[in-house]
Amino acid sequence: MNKVVSGADEAIRDIEDGMTLMLGGFGMCGLPEKTILALVKKGVKDLTCISNNAGVDDFGIGLLLHQHQVKKMISSYVGENAEFERQLLSGELEVELIPQGTLATRCMAAGYGMPAIFTPAGIGTEVAIGKEVRNFNGKDYLMEMAFDADFAIVKAWKGDRLGNLVYRSTARNFNPVMAMAGKVTIAEVEELVEPGELDPDNIHTPGIYVHRIFQGENYEKRIEQRTVRKKN
Amino acid sequence: MLDKEGIAKRIAKEVKDGYYVNLGIGIPTLVANYIPDEVDVILQSENGLLGMGPFPFEGEEDPDTINAGKQTITKLAGSAVFDSAMSFGMIRAKKVNLTILGAMEVSENGDIANWKIPGKMVKGMGGAMDLVASAENIIVAMQHVNKAGESKLLPNCTLPLTGIKCVKKIVTELAVLDVLPEGGFKLLERAPGVTVEEIKAATAGKLIIEGEIPEMVI
Repeated sequence: MNKVVSGADEAIRDIEDGMTLMLGGFGMCGLPEKTILALVKKGVKDLTCISNNAGVDDFGIGLLLHQHQVKKMISSYVGENAEFERQLLSGELEVELIPQGTLATRCMAAGYGMPAIFTPAGIGTEVAIGKEVRNFNGKDYLMEMAFDADFAIVKAWKGDRLGNLVYRSTARNFNPVMAMAGKVTIAEVEELVEPGELDPDNIHTPGIYVHRIFQGENYEKRIEQRTVRKKN
Repeated sequence: MLDKEGIAKRIAKEVKDGYYVNLGIGIPTLVANYIPDEVDVILQSENGLLGMGPFPFEGEEDPDTINAGKQTITKLAGSAVFDSAMSFGMIRAKKVNLTILGAMEVSENGDIANWKIPGKMVKGMGGAMDLVASAENIIVAMQHVNKAGESKLLPNCTLPLTGIKCVKKIVTELAVLDVLPEGGFKLLERAPGVTVEEIKAATAGKLIIEGEIPEMVI
C-alpha cells in the first residue's frame, strides 16, 4: 500500500469549487501551510472551511480569504485578521462561530462514526438557537451534529507511506480529530519515513484514516505571538 | 485600588495545592506568576497541553509549542500533550479544578458575557463557552467598570452571553465578590484604599454587604 503523492498539487487534484474542507492547526501552529498554498494557486472557490481560526492576513487561511475563495468559515476564534473582519462586516463572507470544544468534538464524532454529540457548551446563548436541547441527569445539553467534510487537510511531523502519523508538541491540536473526519484525508508531513520507523505504540493517527500523504519542504512555521524571557 | 498585577496576585491566593487550572487570556495569564512555589499546580492550556511552563528563553522559542493565546511557551517536566477533543473532554468531564477568565459583563445570577459586541467586535468565543458550561469553580478577573465608566457587574448582561449561572467569584481592581446561588454579588473584601461606598457606586447589580468588609491581604 502506498499513499504517497508527489506534492500538494497532486494531493488536491480533485478538490473542486463549493466543497467543504477541514483544515487542522491552532492559529499558525500545526497548520497545513503547503496544501493551503496549493489551494491558493489552484484558485478553487466557494469553499466552506472548518478550522479553529481564520489565519492572519498574509498566512494560512488568510491567503484564501484574500483571494475570495472562501464562502463560509466555521471557526471558534477569528481575531487577528483585518481582511476577515472586513469581509464579515460587509456580508461577503458567511461565518459560523462555534465553541472550540464543540468544533473538536464534532470532528471526533465524524471520525468515530457517531452522528451527533451532546454538550453543555452554548446552553442559554445564541449558539443554542434552533438546536435540540436534551436534559440528562438534571442538566441541559445541546445536540450538535458530526461534521460532514469532503476533505480533511492536516499537518503532521512524521508519517509513512501507509499514512500513519505522528505530531509534534502542541502542533497536534485539531489535526488528529480532523484526520479522522474527512471523506478524503490529506496529510502533509515534515518528514516521510519508511514503514517500521514509527513505533506502533506511538502512532497518533493510524494510517487507515489517511488517503494521501506527502512531504512538504521548507516549512515556515510562523510564530503568532513571540513571547520570551531574558536569561540572567 | 489594584492594578492588573494586583488582581492576578489576589486570584493566585485562590489556587490550591493539587489543582489543575485553566487560565484565560489577559489578567488570568498573569496569575501563573504569583502562585507560591509550595503550591503544586498543573496548568492546562486548551490547545492541548497539561504542564505549561513559563515563556522560553530568547532564542529557544519553538513554533510547535504554544498556549491557547498563541504565545510561545515551554513544557515542564511531566507535561502531556493531547488533541483538542481530549482537551475539551477533560474540561467537560470536570477534571480541571479551577477556571480563571476575563469578562465584559457578569450578571448577579452568574451569567457571563465575554465574546462579542454586536456591530463592533466579533472575535469568537474560542474555548470560553465550553469552559464556563462545565467548570464548577469559575473565577472572573476583570475591571469593575468599562472604559465608559459603566459598571460591568449588572442585574442582567446586555451583551450576547457566553454562559449562564456559572460565575462563582469575581476579583476586580476594587473588590472580591462571591456570586450567590440565589442571586446577588456578596462583597467579601475591599482593595487597599477602596471604600465600600466606592464599590457600591461601581456596582449596578444587587450588592450584598454584611458586617465589616475587610481589606484584602495580598
